[in-house]
Amino acid sequence: MTDNTFEPTIIGFTCNWCSYRASDLAGTARMKYAPNVRLIRLMCSGRLDPTFVLRALSEGADGVMITGCHPGECHYIEQNYKALRRFLLLRRVLQGLGIEPERVKLVWASAAEGARFASETTAFVEEIRKLGPLCWGKSSEQLSVISEQPDDLLLITDNSQKEVPA
Amino acid sequence: MTVNGGKPKFAMYWAASCGGCEIAVLNTHEKILDVDANFDVVFWPVAMDAKYKDVEAMEDGSILLTLFNGGIRNDENEHLAKLLRQKSKILVAFGSCACEGCIPGLANLSPVGDIVHTAYNTITTDNPNEIYPRATYDVPEGELHIPTLAKVLRPLEQVVDVDYFMPGCPPESHQIAAVIDLVIKVVKGEAELPPKGTVIGAGDSTVCDECPRARNVKSIKEFKRIQDIAPVDPDLCLLEQGIPCNGPATRSGCDARCPGAGAQCIGCYGPAEGVMDYGARLITAFSSVIDATTPEEIDRILDGIPDPTGQVYRFNLAGSLLKANRDAWKVK
Repeated sequence: MTDNTFEPTIIGFTCNWCSYRASDLAGTARMKYAPNVRLIRLMCSGRLDPTFVLRALSEGADGVMITGCHPGECHYIEQNYKALRRFLLLRRVLQGLGIEPERVKLVWASAAEGARFASETTAFVEEIRKLGPLCWGKSSEQLSVISEQPDDLLLITDNSQKEVPA
Repeated sequence: MTVNGGKPKFAMYWAASCGGCEIAVLNTHEKILDVDANFDVVFWPVAMDAKYKDVEAMEDGSILLTLFNGGIRNDENEHLAKLLRQKSKILVAFGSCACEGCIPGLANLSPVGDIVHTAYNTITTDNPNEIYPRATYDVPEGELHIPTLAKVLRPLEQVVDVDYFMPGCPPESHQIAAVIDLVIKVVKGEAELPPKGTVIGAGDSTVCDECPRARNVKSIKEFKRIQDIAPVDPDLCLLEQGIPCNGPATRSGCDARCPGAGAQCIGCYGPAEGVMDYGARLITAFSSVIDATTPEEIDRILDGIPDPTGQVYRFNLAGSLLKANRDAWKVK
């Protein structure tokens, strides 16, 4: 692997009852998949507060993967539908902030679907690699960037602009 | 708290704001006389003549209380924020702009060049010679300067250390009066200041908690704008009627004025206690009431919110986790 290859940082939120076990299965079955994802286990995809996603993106993640039980199979009856609705609204909000909606992905994976978990993860990493770094950076770094004066601002141009008509 | 040499000093400043906060202070009616009776007003550009150099000449920490309203949009705002921080014992981020960016913070959705272009060279502005303001300009008398814009608007806390936050657009006058009373009591030694960082002049719950409208289990098949619903049920929760009401995420303290008067909460009191990101909380609230389970149906319902980013970050964008559109803050 060359030095200039961009390695995306992905945060993955997994459901305790399905997708976390799917990732476990992928591991115990020695399946190979991209190592870029850092998994955080939640009790349910319905626990996923959109704050988690925004926090991850604002602190340096290039993409966020949300995983849960297939529709109709939620351990808590219907909370994965809530996750689906939050995900769809969150993507619309992110678009307004200049973040490609594809940077947040929702995957359904049952405890038996280790192979699916592995292939979806690898596909997502490749997709983010194509999109490039998000570059939000750490919040403290971002603060210093946003407080800089912009260079291209018309206000800072010299006096050689068109003269004010008399 | 005793103060040597007469009455404690009071200052109020407006940065990138509309002036509504100043009016809200004056709307405390006769309470404003208490301010005058108990404080020496040393700096308040909207109400009295004072020069920045007068403030610069003051001793550090010599102003007891400064109410700072408005966000930090240009280098003049930033200078005054740092100056007043240095000169003040207690610096209050006063009003939504100073606390979280407010409506001026929505400019963080656009690169600053676009903002200037829109202001000076669009259909609403007759500018055939494309004349733009300049940071400096030479005139026979010397060089003139005007403040230069920053990339984005920042709430006060992102620029200087802030002691207290007083939300609202503007803060409700009865809340301001209560805070004035408290400060006067503190000055007289009859009360203690709350811990640093406290949100003052507001409640610690949500607008829904104060809202008089009846609430049931919500299941929404359609989001609609309030003007598209006739008639609006005067007694039923607005969100239940499909109107995107920001009450569930918004801090209490306004006595639910807007829902009480028939309009949806727009969120001017900022995030409720314990909410890290206002928009995220609203996304959760709206998603929870949608009655659909297929992506197609959910998307159809979400189409009823034409500007999702503006809806969930109307007052809070500059103070949110992401703070600005990527195109706005990545500008070099």
